[in-house]
Amino acid sequence: MIHGVPMATINIRNMQVNQEGTIASVKVGGELGRRLRDMGLVPGTAIKIQGRAPLFDPVALRLKGFTLTLRNNEADLIDVEVNG
Amino acid sequence: MNFCVALGGNPNAGKTTLFNALTGSRQHVGNYPGVTVDRKEGRYVQNGHDMHIVDLPGTYSLTAYSIEEVVARDFLVNERPRVTINIVDASNLERNLYLTIQFLELGIPTCVALNMIDVARGRGIEVDDKKLSRLLGVPVVPIVARSGFGKKALMDAVETVAEAPLLQPLRVSYGRDLETAILEMEKIINGSNFLTDLYPSRWIAIKYLENDEQILEKGRETDPQIADGLEAITRNVGAHIEETLETYPEAMIADHRYGFINSVLKQGVIKERHDRNRLFLSDRIDKVLVNRFAGPIIMLLVLMGLYQFVFTYSEVPVAWCERAFEWLSDMVSATLTDGLLKSLIVSGVIDGVGGVLGFVPLIMFMFFGIAVLEDSGYLARVAFMLDRVFQIFGLHGSSVMAYIVSGGIAGGCAVPGVMATRTLRSPKERIATLLTAPFMNCGAKLPIFALLIAAFFPHSRAQMMFILTLISWAGALLAAKFLRMTVVKGASTPFVMELPPYRLPTFRGLMIHTWERTWQYAKKAGTVILGISVLLWAAMTFPRLPAAQVETYANQRVGIVSTAAPQVVEELEAASTSRPLSTAAAELKDILLVVDARQAGAALRHSLAGRVGTRLESVTRWAGFDWRTNIALIGGFAAKEVIVSTLGTAYSLGTVDTEVTDSLATKLVAEPGWRILTAWSLIIFVMFYAPCFVTVVCIARESSWKWGAFSMVFNTSLAFFLAVMVYQAGAALGY
Repeated sequence: MIHGVPMATINIRNMQVNQEGTIASVKVGGELGRRLRDMGLVPGTAIKIQGRAPLFDPVALRLKGFTLTLRNNEADLIDVEVNG
Repeated sequence: MNFCVALGGNPNAGKTTLFNALTGSRQHVGNYPGVTVDRKEGRYVQNGHDMHIVDLPGTYSLTAYSIEEVVARDFLVNERPRVTINIVDASNLERNLYLTIQFLELGIPTCVALNMIDVARGRGIEVDDKKLSRLLGVPVVPIVARSGFGKKALMDAVETVAEAPLLQPLRVSYGRDLETAILEMEKIINGSNFLTDLYPSRWIAIKYLENDEQILEKGRETDPQIADGLEAITRNVGAHIEETLETYPEAMIADHRYGFINSVLKQGVIKERHDRNRLFLSDRIDKVLVNRFAGPIIMLLVLMGLYQFVFTYSEVPVAWCERAFEWLSDMVSATLTDGLLKSLIVSGVIDGVGGVLGFVPLIMFMFFGIAVLEDSGYLARVAFMLDRVFQIFGLHGSSVMAYIVSGGIAGGCAVPGVMATRTLRSPKERIATLLTAPFMNCGAKLPIFALLIAAFFPHSRAQMMFILTLISWAGALLAAKFLRMTVVKGASTPFVMELPPYRLPTFRGLMIHTWERTWQYAKKAGTVILGISVLLWAAMTFPRLPAAQVETYANQRVGIVSTAAPQVVEELEAASTSRPLSTAAAELKDILLVVDARQAGAALRHSLAGRVGTRLESVTRWAGFDWRTNIALIGGFAAKEVIVSTLGTAYSLGTVDTEVTDSLATKLVAEPGWRILTAWSLIIFVMFYAPCFVTVVCIARESSWKWGAFSMVFNTSLAFFLAVMVYQAGAALGY
């Protein structure tokens, strides 16, 4: 977070390919929540949208130096801070 | 000294490669009790130490959500390996250490194998292994599992750990709120030695906070009162955290673990020369291979290529196998005199075992092809690209492999298809795929389709085959949707999946993988299948025709022979294959064969299978099937190819060659009970009814006998329902 640059919180579904951001929150518990966290999707992690499948779902993210895929309805639970 | 060494780590961290490098060919594969998770074991000998190496399933964490995680955790806790080698991917250290932290919190003797340091270096990542070792308090040995670099150093470190005293479990600080709760719980746990014979007390407290089902249940079984107390503390702190911080205890625990890892890495353990999320070669390849337009086309080509490879190139060895069994069968036929024993050995034993072993080359090729796709990382991309489509039907992107191999491109085989579901990590999607893959048009269903098409749709053969392929896909996908809404219902398993970097598979890895799967198939399937094959043979042989009837046929033969000219009879008796028969002798032979065929038909109808088929006629009339079709369908349970030959016997045509079915086609068209509608009804029934028993055995092996039995009952009911619908609707419309 750089001072002076406006920040916006959006969820992953609304991010563009190659857009970068930082995870603000992961609003889910239970199995899905734990799986997301096990794979490193915790607040403060820098992510970048690497691409989307031919039918725009699932989405491929780049984080912590590896590539992860999520379905859109799973990605909806993750809020990301991006430069507005 | 003999001791046990467990090998754990993330999927794609190189675990299998290291295991192969350590154990070579001295390994064997079994199952963990009660679950279909492979348990690979092997031996490694060094400095007089005989180490028993057990490969744990690949996991990202040690929670109790997936079978793999529960299996790995139970093994570590119950069997207490002397040392656990934790293999981590140096180019992806942060996430890999998440599991390492959990090993250390469990307090088990651990040795970290820092794998793929060459790949990491290529990506501009330097890892200070000595510093990492000091900070974690366990040995960290850089290795390259593919080349075997560092193997000796790693095993030396394992020896050191094996001889060293036990370490205290690692303590990660989880913040004031949780720490207060943990301390309070630890006091209770230690005060009454609650589960402490199995786990460290702090670990139990953390698992309560994480809401770990398995530990909660164990707690309740051990001491309900203490369990209640601990659960109450968990609830209180959970409510407090949700209220003040809007998060969950388990989320806080994960955050703090990653925080701990970051604090370790920031102390100069890792130096990165580039932005860690920059694109590497692998990502550039992905730009093409998962491109929106080029991706699906390339995928189609790759899948067709796999199919071509499996079914075309395996033809030659499959033919060798068949020829070998034919030879054996001929040998036995020539040595033994006609009778029950010969029939049992030829039709029951040799055909049964031959049926199983005939699949072996196919399975070898299929596993080799899939291993290449899987080890290279392409399979994950296929799942990624197709997931949206399969998700609609409650399946997973990876389901496509099983469908294609089973006959999604007509002519596959459900046996390797069912085994291909192993690449699916989501249990519900896996069961649904397993149960619906046999709906695809496997190679054995093709002869009966070809027969019916030739007889009733002679002018549109190619279009018909294409339509049948579409029907089977639609049927399989809709049935999967139905199953996911009823017997295997529930939310879909999260698709959270890693896209591993592309890697060139190692030849050795591919060979071991292929061999191991093939052997497992031959060994397991072989025993059960032999038994079922003999049973089916018996059902189609007993009870035998009454002596009086046999005599009638014998008298008919004698009658025919007595009316023939003596020199013709003499010629026929002395006939050998080398000399062609005269016209008169050939005619006589044909007349005698007709009697033989009639007798075989009568015997089949008299047998148990025949009686069942006849009895069922009143029901199967609804779908337009008479007793002959019923018997053929019962025989088809042995192998779908059998349908055609059994139909031939039932129509008293003698032995019908599955390749040349003209006589049977003509006969069917001429039969009063047969018309286009009957053909449709039978095609639909054959497409969807019970899989052949080899497939059923494989389904049972891959899941449980419950699902194996389910697939027979469910598929047959579905097939019958559809066939009746087609037949009755068609009849009502006047076809």
